[in-house]
Amino acid sequence: MTINEIEKEIVEEFEIFGDDWEGKYEHLIDLGKSLPLIKEEFKTEDRIIKGCQSRVWLNSELKEGNVVYTADADAIITKGMVALMVRVLSNHKAEEIVKADLKFVDTIGLKEHLSPTRANGLVSMINMMKTDALKFIS
Amino acid sequence: MKVQNKIREQFPILNQKINGYDLVYFDNGATSQKPLSVIESISDYYKTSNSNIHRGVHTLSRKATELFENARKTIAKHFNVINDQQVIFTAGTTDSINLVVQGLAKNYLQAGDEILLATYEHHSNILPWQLWAEANGGKLKVIPLLEDQTIDYASIPALISSKTKLIAITQVSNTLGLITDLEKIKTIAQKNNIPILVDGAQSAPHMPIDLQKLNVDFFVCSAHKMYGPTGIGLLYLSEKWLKDLAISKPGGGTIKTVSFEKTEYAEGALRFEPGTPNISGAIGFAAAIDFINSVGIQTIFAHEHELVQYAQKKMSEMPEVIIYGKSDHKAGVISFNIKGQHPFDVGTLLDKYGIAVRTGHHCTQPLMNCLNVQGTVRISFAIYNTKEEIDIFIEKLVKVIKMLS
Repeated sequence: MTINEIEKEIVEEFEIFGDDWEGKYEHLIDLGKSLPLIKEEFKTEDRIIKGCQSRVWLNSELKEGNVVYTADADAIITKGMVALMVRVLSNHKAEEIVKADLKFVDTIGLKEHLSPTRANGLVSMINMMKTDALKFIS
Repeated sequence: MKVQNKIREQFPILNQKINGYDLVYFDNGATSQKPLSVIESISDYYKTSNSNIHRGVHTLSRKATELFENARKTIAKHFNVINDQQVIFTAGTTDSINLVVQGLAKNYLQAGDEILLATYEHHSNILPWQLWAEANGGKLKVIPLLEDQTIDYASIPALISSKTKLIAITQVSNTLGLITDLEKIKTIAQKNNIPILVDGAQSAPHMPIDLQKLNVDFFVCSAHKMYGPTGIGLLYLSEKWLKDLAISKPGGGTIKTVSFEKTEYAEGALRFEPGTPNISGAIGFAAAIDFINSVGIQTIFAHEHELVQYAQKKMSEMPEVIIYGKSDHKAGVISFNIKGQHPFDVGTLLDKYGIAVRTGHHCTQPLMNCLNVQGTVRISFAIYNTKEEIDIFIEKLVKVIKMLS
């Protein structure tokens, strides 16, 4: 599936909640809980995205021409968002990852997670995912 | 409740929905909301009196100067300072502390000197001293906390040496709300002839402060945490330091005469207020003080104290809640965590219910290390908060705990 197709799939998945924000967040929390995202040995200081309230770890590798991400976070809502990002961006060509606009976050009504406050680890994580992808291009 | 409504009416921002819920604003420790009188004092100034101050001969300049200097008098009177020149306008608490550190570094502090701080200082009362210490071979010494997170006063004498040049201490912990016993600190300091700087950022909004009686060397606070605008604050200097504190930020307005060979600086507050000051900010600050006095600072303290006791009692009944600094002797703040949950998650979900709280380290990372937590959730009150809001907060907190577990 392309990045766009996965985004569409997620949008459909969240559509059933409509305006029910509690349902949406419960789903996000479940996503966060269900996924062991990163190997413990990768949860090192140099993989922490610093300056955020929630600690986020990211590991990026190139496998058979695709960028593969694994990540984790210590806050469960952040982890749910991280899981969505990994699902959308992982296993794609670096060129596609760099171009992804990730509009689905707004569409599913979780835009507040992309606000530029320091409380938020997600914006930094997306930046890091794209920066890592860029490195694989060069 | 009627009185409460009268007060709430003065804060139009409170009357709004967040995500469909009535806003409950419990982030007053970060910044309080502003009453109409403060907002209007600023717009009135720009509508009727805006002009540069102190040097103009024209009518508007005189008017603006009068408003600015009257603001200084209002603030001096509120803190019971007889000589209003001891009241210096700065950009806020952080700016005030930096001004003191940089001034002291010029003619008072020397290599090897030590500054004494408490574990629960805000970063703003750590970093300026640390930067000085690193560049000049100084040293920071830290007063530890007891099990209940109150200051270990008994440990202070052993921390003091002939090298101790200043005690810089917060009057109220911004994270825990605990009130420092300044009399105990003063007794030890005076015996050893050590000056004291009091960080009043979190005390000035909540309790009466008489600077004559307090009799410390430096006192600093910010207007925006006490119903005033952002970008303006107070630096109080004792008579001695008004003369002795070196200028570190020279500029227009701070002088008597200037030549390329030698400049003679002004005396009094103007020495420390370079450039065009935040005139509208000072006027708004004074309007905020007028608001506080229209309610009565004792009334504010009593009301917030009641809210803290009420909330703390309810929260104590919840087995999932851990409260930090669980004393009754505190000012307007409760810091807590939900067992096994990240404060960020708790704060995010409370926000979805329209409740504004603060989460994270609250600019007190050394305290977080001491508590052995990544962060906490902090609720902090102001005069317009109500018990009904606490009931809503508790009800939603129960839901949040359920959602996360």
